Amino acid sequence: MNAMVKPELICPAGTPAALRSAVDAGADAVYCGYQNATNARNFVGLNFTPEEMEKSIRYAHDGGTKVLITLNTFPPAGKVELWKEMVDLSARLGADACIVADIAVAAYIRDNYPDLRIHLSVQAAASSPEAIEYYVREFGVKRVVLPRIMTISEIKGLVQEIPCEVETFIFGNHGLMVEGRCSLTNYVTGQSTNMDGACSPAACVKYERAADGSMSTILGDYMIDRFGPEETAGYPTICKGRYKCDARDGGYYAFEEPISLNASTMLPDLISAGVHAFKIEGRQRSRAYVKKVVAAFREAVDSIMAGQEPKLADLVALTEGQKQTEGALKTKKWR
Amino acid sequence: MTPDPQSSRLSGGPGGFPFAPPLPLFLLNPILRRIVHRIAVQNPDMFDRLGPHRHAYFLIDPVDIPFMLYLRPDPEALDFRAVGRRNPPPHAARISGKFLDLLTLMDTEQDGDALFFSRDLIVTGDTEAVVCLRNALDDVDDPIAESVADMFGPPGRAALNALRRAAENAQKRKGAKT
Repeated sequence: MNAMVKPELICPAGTPAALRSAVDAGADAVYCGYQNATNARNFVGLNFTPEEMEKSIRYAHDGGTKVLITLNTFPPAGKVELWKEMVDLSARLGADACIVADIAVAAYIRDNYPDLRIHLSVQAAASSPEAIEYYVREFGVKRVVLPRIMTISEIKGLVQEIPCEVETFIFGNHGLMVEGRCSLTNYVTGQSTNMDGACSPAACVKYERAADGSMSTILGDYMIDRFGPEETAGYPTICKGRYKCDARDGGYYAFEEPISLNASTMLPDLISAGVHAFKIEGRQRSRAYVKKVVAAFREAVDSIMAGQEPKLADLVALTEGQKQTEGALKTKKWR
Repeated sequence: MTPDPQSSRLSGGPGGFPFAPPLPLFLLNPILRRIVHRIAVQNPDMFDRLGPHRHAYFLIDPVDIPFMLYLRPDPEALDFRAVGRRNPPPHAARISGKFLDLLTLMDTEQDGDALFFSRDLIVTGDTEAVVCLRNALDDVDDPIAESVADMFGPPGRAALNALRRAAENAQKRKGAKT
């Protein structure tokens, strides 16, 4: 077996406090974004002003941690100026890489900031050697974040075929659907996950409680789930909704289930497969989540690299619906 | 807004909490006002994350103590007081949970989404306002629970440590049950 390459731990931050928590807990890199449509977690009250980003980059670099800036949405046709401005800003602030999905944004970085690393977002949904080679050849992409649809053996085969680094998700929200192409929120709320950066914006979400303790989740004009008094809940997204349909009795999770990815037991296999970076999802989560999850995976990766059995902290309390899966990493038939 | 029924998971109610202060509310309110003003002075930037929701009233409902808390996080017109359970005042959003869970949120030791998933935290009303408040409180430098404890010197810090131990034990008991 080849010598193992120690993968970077890529950690989420929705606020400067969360970024500091990630750095202090041992993140190799933190990914975060601005308060606008360039960011696929464009939620109210979250994300960074330019001033906060500047201070946060300084804090991260002082701690030996990189900052990757998410410009991972798709500009509407002919309206790419905001994305260009955010690239200019990121380069000026000393970002270590920009995570992009759109080829216009990638081309702008290639032409104007050849030293700024481009990481291809999961939103670009590039999973074949041909697609990834195209992005590397045309835009100089240095790393691809893989969609959550591949088994470990497929990832291993891909790593051997492509001329760039590979990053995989190891923990967090498992709303994979058709990454970068999902229009369900757009259908119900009029806002686009892919172009406005907000899936199920909070302004469109309502929770209604009944006298028996059950809770209904309403998105826009539609009830998308109803949880019994003792049932755990999930995120208010259509892909995690439970519906009545002719083919099934009772409520049916037609697309996805309220469940989180947890690949902690598969880390040794992912490292052996040659994955360069492990990504933790959750920029919308609190700094308590960031602190606990980053610390747990820091310890696990370090133990594996030292040839020891990793201690795996119990993270199920932090998972959506308090349920976890190894997803497609383990089997294509994970549902 | 419709009244918020108690969840069966969040039972408790008046008298169910060993640390419930026997203070009449009119004695408690000057202390709460002092607390909120101190937090506001220490963290002026936190209000930016609230956007237009800084003018909203939030009803914070620790279900296992005899009163609720009424908050308007508006730096120009701060309001934080205890209110009775019988006639809750008008509010944009209500956040309900056990006292110790709400405390650990303020101590940045608990994740709000995780409490929501487990149904230990219940949100009704304006979801966007609640999300903004959550993000604003989560981004302060020092945990709010710690800042409040510091205001009362060694007795305050001792009380917070006792409550932290109680919260940790409650968490262990919950973990053992699931």
